[in-house]
Amino acid sequence: DHNGQCEITGQQDGGTLELEKEQQACKKVRKQMSEELEAEGSGESPDCDWSLLPQELLLHIFQHLPLLDRAYASQVCRGWNEAFHMPELWRCFEFELNQPASSYLKATHPDLIKQIIKRHSNHLQYVSFKVDSSTESAEAACDILSQLVNCSLKTLGLISTARPSFMEVPKSHFISALTVVFVNSKSLSSLKIDDTPVDDPSLKVLVANNSDTLKLLKMSSCPHVSPAGILCVADQCHGLRELALNYHLLSDDLLLALSSEKHVHLEHLRIDVVSENPGQHFHTIKKSSWDAMVRHSPTFNLVMYFFLYEDEFGPFFNDEIPITHLYFGRSVSKEVLGRVGLHCPRLVELVVCANGLRPLDEELIRIAKRCTQLSAIGLGECEVTCSAFVEFVKMCGRRLSQLSIMEEVLIPDHKYSLDEIHWEVSKHLGRVWFPDMMPTW
Amino acid sequence: MAPNSIHWFRKGLRLHDNPALREAVQGAATVRCVYFLDPWFAGSSNVGVNRWRFLLQCLEDLDANLRKVNSRLFVIRGQPANVFPRLFKEWKISRLTFEYDSEPFGKERDAAIKKLAMEAGVEVIVKISHTLYDLDKIIELNGGQPPLTYKRFQTLISRLDPPEMPVETLSDTLMGSGITPISEDHGEKYGVPSLEELGFDTEGLPSAVWPGGETEALTRIERHLERKAWVANFERPRMNANSLLASPTGLSPYLRFGCLSCRLFYFKLTDLYRKVKKNSSPPLSLYGQLLWREFFYTAATNNPRFDKMEGNPICVRIPWDKNPEALAKWAEAKTGFPWIDAIMTQLRQEGWIHHLARHAVACFLSRGDLWISWEEGMKVFEELLLDADWSVNAGSWMWLSCSSFFQQFFHCYCPVGFGRRTDPNGDFIRRYLPILRGFPAKFIYDPWNAPESVQTAAKCIIGVHYPKPMVHHAEASRLNIERMKQIYQQLSRYRGLGMRQVTCMLNVKTFPPLACITRRKEIDEKVVGSEKASHLCFTGKISVHCPAHRKREQSTSQLAEANL
Repeated sequence: DHNGQCEITGQQDGGTLELEKEQQACKKVRKQMSEELEAEGSGESPDCDWSLLPQELLLHIFQHLPLLDRAYASQVCRGWNEAFHMPELWRCFEFELNQPASSYLKATHPDLIKQIIKRHSNHLQYVSFKVDSSTESAEAACDILSQLVNCSLKTLGLISTARPSFMEVPKSHFISALTVVFVNSKSLSSLKIDDTPVDDPSLKVLVANNSDTLKLLKMSSCPHVSPAGILCVADQCHGLRELALNYHLLSDDLLLALSSEKHVHLEHLRIDVVSENPGQHFHTIKKSSWDAMVRHSPTFNLVMYFFLYEDEFGPFFNDEIPITHLYFGRSVSKEVLGRVGLHCPRLVELVVCANGLRPLDEELIRIAKRCTQLSAIGLGECEVTCSAFVEFVKMCGRRLSQLSIMEEVLIPDHKYSLDEIHWEVSKHLGRVWFPDMMPTW
Repeated sequence: MAPNSIHWFRKGLRLHDNPALREAVQGAATVRCVYFLDPWFAGSSNVGVNRWRFLLQCLEDLDANLRKVNSRLFVIRGQPANVFPRLFKEWKISRLTFEYDSEPFGKERDAAIKKLAMEAGVEVIVKISHTLYDLDKIIELNGGQPPLTYKRFQTLISRLDPPEMPVETLSDTLMGSGITPISEDHGEKYGVPSLEELGFDTEGLPSAVWPGGETEALTRIERHLERKAWVANFERPRMNANSLLASPTGLSPYLRFGCLSCRLFYFKLTDLYRKVKKNSSPPLSLYGQLLWREFFYTAATNNPRFDKMEGNPICVRIPWDKNPEALAKWAEAKTGFPWIDAIMTQLRQEGWIHHLARHAVACFLSRGDLWISWEEGMKVFEELLLDADWSVNAGSWMWLSCSSFFQQFFHCYCPVGFGRRTDPNGDFIRRYLPILRGFPAKFIYDPWNAPESVQTAAKCIIGVHYPKPMVHHAEASRLNIERMKQIYQQLSRYRGLGMRQVTCMLNVKTFPPLACITRRKEIDEKVVGSEKASHLCFTGKISVHCPAHRKREQSTSQLAEANL
């Protein structure tokens, strides 16, 4: 069973399962009540006695209540108080750690945290920590982690909601807290540790204890990890299905490890390519490595986010690459977009933050022609002539389920004005469409 | 008995197209036009010197124009609720008129005044003229909720009757036999104060780039229309370096204060279009500036928490960072990004910036780089921006920070690239940040990348004479895009860590309306103390925030203790 917050590994939505349980529990109550009726021997219906509600139903109801409502309910009577502490209700928890000085949002109450550690730490299975930008909050998260000794976690998420405050925590403090979880859990399935000071040795500990169960690892922007460190994970964790990391950790060896026979099909690979300094050099990945990936996992999503200066794209898009979701967070040149059209046949989503002041007509049309899976496109500060845009939409047709174009992108020409273009586009899309607008005042 | 009237100016600082003022003078024996000023606020209020000056110039202009019809403006120190009863008695008032104010606090204040007036036997006449339409009608047409997309808004108004025609300007004829009793000491008692009297130090204050007043507004609109007629096809002019500078045909502050009637503007635009294009139906895009204003007024009119994140049913709860130092750097033009700093300098010096410049600095402060709450940015704009009134300012900030109105979050304005593409030579930067004048165009947007020799030649060492950039933009945008994705992921109800479920960047807009959610299971679980998530209802219906949940923000330690 789950609590809205938890990830269900394996099975899909537990809807039907719950419905069955609900029906069974209702049957039980009805049976109980009719028995009582018989016992009383009269035609009068007994008053609804809430204390007769069986535990399964109570649990079911409590699972639907947000924590605060549950806490109120738990004060009604001893029975409901016991129900409040049923282990099933404490499988999932999201610790929110905020300081008034750095966040507008409220934090999980410290008394509640103490209570959870004392009474429920061995019930916890799906845990996440949301911390604000203060080091204090990140340290509090580490303290809690260190105390989860009896925990056998399936999911752990360390999420910084503003600045990456885990990076401010003394590295040793962080690593030792994380190691507690790695060593005790032994069945970690999902791990989200972006923007943390995790390092190669701690990844080794993770692998040593959880290699059979690890399915998801999200670790973008972890500067202390090396390509060798992540390769160790790929080599040992053959069940790994989802992986997110920075480009500097990507290597041919890693891709080959993920495509090895022993390895399951990869479902999702997310790579962030971030420029630290202008003119930075990036290594290349061989086409053969990508080919191996596609052979092994034909349906995997390759998601790449680029945050580079325009002149740093040299090593990219010179060969065929199986990207499915592509995001350019900064300005990208016409030339590079041309290469994208040539080399990304699996492209599903393309988002371009900015380009420049020359129209992208040819590049878009080439993408429409060659990226036959393209279903979503977003254009920010770019320029496209209206005619070319209509041509592009016509060629993609109804497969374009997401078309997000800023109004300023479209340049009216002799064929279409701004007011006419949305009709044309709507026609080809098969639904009403307008460009995105920004307020002008 | 011919009534004694008061016309109460708040916005609508004009004598042309002022139906409420017309009602005041209609058959009246005496007419007095009042404006309330609470000078105690001048120092402590969140209103900068440019806005005060603009307002005072508007009042001076009103006074001057009223003199032409043998009347005067009465500037009254104090709060309306306190002063009106006395005025009603002293001047034997039987009629009070004012222009309708659609903003929630305006409505509250006016309800109180109406009550006072009724008790004093004073007839109250209110007329709509600050907006093109009766906003309540738009809301009614949309099933009781304001439209949350601009497109929907446009659809709705195209179904309404066109705006009412502007009424004639106040004149001797209109005044008729009505007079304004003016005492010898009118200037002392009721004159328009000066900036100095309000406590401002005006030494060295440069002259206003945007002079206030109805007279100026009417001159500008003629210029504006002349220029528009030159622009073939009424196309939106392409953005260039010149667009960034204050224009003598700019109208937004005058619309805000009501020196210029929006209805007059609307009809003049329509007439001109018909003349030039020989076409009888102008497209809605012709009135863009006016309609955006109208859109935000409509969105805000029934929402007293429109300018807040907490408790605002249309605002997404985003975990913004509280960072007063970073905020101050942004507000004081010390970010180290010349594009941002030049814009903020222009804003503080002159009181107006181009709307794309607004997008740039708003994005930088909130979802782009600093991850600071839009409410903070809104307050700075409120202080410095001449045309920022409550509804439009709050609405725009929510829009630009992707907190509402379904704005896609993928588009981020680069604090270097965006400026460079708009003004490649960097003249705008040199004008407002003279310290950077020596930098060549190649480096003026990112001077920290300039080699030492260039910096020395420019007589400006970065880190010494001009600040280093306060963030690493690539890193900041990477982080923030990730944050926004997390937030929109939560809104889509998916709470797991899995990535394949939410691969797409373009946020899907088809969330189920709250009314369809019958099972509480689908309501977000929130941790102790926080309110239930404000549900954005993406079909345009705003979910009503359950009042019971406000009460529950009690101390939860009691509960926690009880459970131990």
